[in-house]
Amino acid sequence: MAEPLATAPGRIPAPPGGATAAGPVEADAPRRSGAFVTAADRRRYAVVVAVLAAVAVLSTAGVLLWGNEAEPGSRAFWMIARMRVESLGVIGIVALCHSFATVSFHTVTGNRIITPSIMGFEALYTAVSTVAVYVLGAAGVAVLTGVGPFLAQAALMVALATALYSWLLSRPYGSVHLMLLVGVVLGGGLAALSTFMHRLLDPNSFDLLSARLFGNISNARTEYVAIAAPIAVVVCALLWLRSRRLNTVALGADAATNLGLHHRRELMVTLLLVSVLMAMTTALVGPMTFLGFLVATLAYSLVDTHDHRFILPVAALAGYAVLTSAYFVLRHVFYAGGAVTVVIELIGGITFLVVVMRKGRL
Amino acid sequence: MTLDVRHHVADAPPRLEEPGRGDRVCWVPPAVLRPERTRWQRTWPLLVGVVVTAALIVVSLFVGVYDVGAEGGREMFAITRVPRTVALVLAGASMAMCGLIMQLMTQNRFVEPSTTGTTEWAGLGLLVTMVLVPGAGLVTRMVGAILFAFVGTLVFFLFLRRVRLQSSLIVPIVGIMLGAVVGAASTFLALQTDMLQQVGAWFAGSFTSVVRGRYELLFLVLIVCVAVFVIADRFTVAGLGKDVATNVGLNYDAVILTGVAMVAVATGVVTVVIGALPFLGLVVPNLVSMVRGDNLRTNLPWVVMVGVWIVIVCDLIGRTVIAPFEVPISLILGLVGAIVFLALLLRQAKHG
Repeated sequence: MAEPLATAPGRIPAPPGGATAAGPVEADAPRRSGAFVTAADRRRYAVVVAVLAAVAVLSTAGVLLWGNEAEPGSRAFWMIARMRVESLGVIGIVALCHSFATVSFHTVTGNRIITPSIMGFEALYTAVSTVAVYVLGAAGVAVLTGVGPFLAQAALMVALATALYSWLLSRPYGSVHLMLLVGVVLGGGLAALSTFMHRLLDPNSFDLLSARLFGNISNARTEYVAIAAPIAVVVCALLWLRSRRLNTVALGADAATNLGLHHRRELMVTLLLVSVLMAMTTALVGPMTFLGFLVATLAYSLVDTHDHRFILPVAALAGYAVLTSAYFVLRHVFYAGGAVTVVIELIGGITFLVVVMRKGRL
Repeated sequence: MTLDVRHHVADAPPRLEEPGRGDRVCWVPPAVLRPERTRWQRTWPLLVGVVVTAALIVVSLFVGVYDVGAEGGREMFAITRVPRTVALVLAGASMAMCGLIMQLMTQNRFVEPSTTGTTEWAGLGLLVTMVLVPGAGLVTRMVGAILFAFVGTLVFFLFLRRVRLQSSLIVPIVGIMLGAVVGAASTFLALQTDMLQQVGAWFAGSFTSVVRGRYELLFLVLIVCVAVFVIADRFTVAGLGKDVATNVGLNYDAVILTGVAMVAVATGVVTVVIGALPFLGLVVPNLVSMVRGDNLRTNLPWVVMVGVWIVIVCDLIGRTVIAPFEVPISLILGLVGAIVFLALLLRQAKHG
């Protein structure tokens, strides 16, 4: 490297007198050990953010303007644009929820493979809604749509998820591998339960239920955006503000406890926030198993830092960029808007397998 | 005193690698600790099992919407009830056996066709055949499904050889993920060819459509079942690991390839004719070896019978719960299987 040693202070621990010996120019530099080891890393981070932002802006513009035949500025133009802004808003919330939830979940469970979606958080939400409809009957479908019932369902799901996973993480079962397998199987079982109950419903109320309760990315439940968006933003802000705690949790239970952190409580709080995020995104667009994994893996490989203050925004940005560009390409180039979820699942799933294979050990 | 070689096989440590967390290493099955039993003591539980199986078969023959005693009842009996019950027995027995073979070959208790992606591969094969050969007959579709199931299972085995695993619990997680990827590929293909609705109906395992003339291919799995009984001991030896198996003169790779082929045939045929039967191959061998230990050849009849029991009971539930309509058996199996699987996991975690 052409750089003199003094400008790369994070590499070697400075001696006690280092700050004074280094002179006034680098007075604040030598004793810092920040998120980035070298200045090159910091520059790389800036470049990554800039590129992702550019992709996001370009694909946003593409979605808004491509094929919008009306004269720019006219009333028709704005009507078309407004419809598309709505889907972009949904994509933004979904990207935010999945990226923040997955990265935080990876940190507190100490693995970078399993995501909340794989753990059955989404299946739990679906099961809660289905059971609610089943108990209340066909008339219940009407009762269950709206702000209050939506929040009640989300709250119920969050309570169940926190109870379940805190029980699983407790003493006799305290292994992450076990919890993951339990989550995967539980997800499958809950999905079977939901489908089973769908079959028990009579076909008419099932049609009503599936049309009203579950959306996908090009046919999202936009009436929930007004509630889901603020909740998602607040929860994500909370997670971001807890970045330093997450950094400590990432060191492992022993080190975190030694540093004065109540590890189990951090785990519980994070899982609670994660389940809120998963409830919001599932209500809007339904389950997306591999999106979180794809986005988090992308963020880890793009950004070379342990610091969640920097990883989390990049993951969210990457999520938005990936989803909008996929949406743009599929909707306006291949005219297959409904396939966005499936394509993302396919790409994310293949990434998952490649990452596992290349790692060589698990 | 004569020595029974089979007991020594059951006694031997089940694996040679470094045991990971959650592996069952030194649990000795109660059957081994007990003194040698007389022939009658060994036979009567089997007879009870056979009687229970026969009783369930009779119940399955006489439960349904159509009154068999009414006019035309005899004909309906021959057209639907008998084929359905035969299909239940064949599918239950073969899928339970598949789980058992796969668990021996991978030395992992959580492996079965639906936790390794084999079922999803068979489904993809079925779909690809339908797209490439429009209007393909049942036989063509089945060949496609079997081929894909074979390749998919080999992919999974290749993966197991390449990746060093910290815990045996990771294996089913990766397998389920592989299945999810293959499932997403199937969904995408179905979406592009406007077959999404049909695919959903195909893949959900159900015995509803089993009538005379539409299930006879299922008898192919009988060949697999007989073959498993014949070469059971080879699988037991292969289950001791490649080094030990090769050392005692077994062509390890050939046995593994045979096993994969048998699993592929059984899974492919069952997927095409019935659909997916999740968790069956996982739950049955585990329940049996919990009670009886790990001697494959004496366990085989039990695995077959317990598999048949579970499938018949679940199908009876599916037939009666919203009669005159039916619930696909895969949903009931998915629910029941997940609960039993979780109970097994948590029980093992508490004791281990």
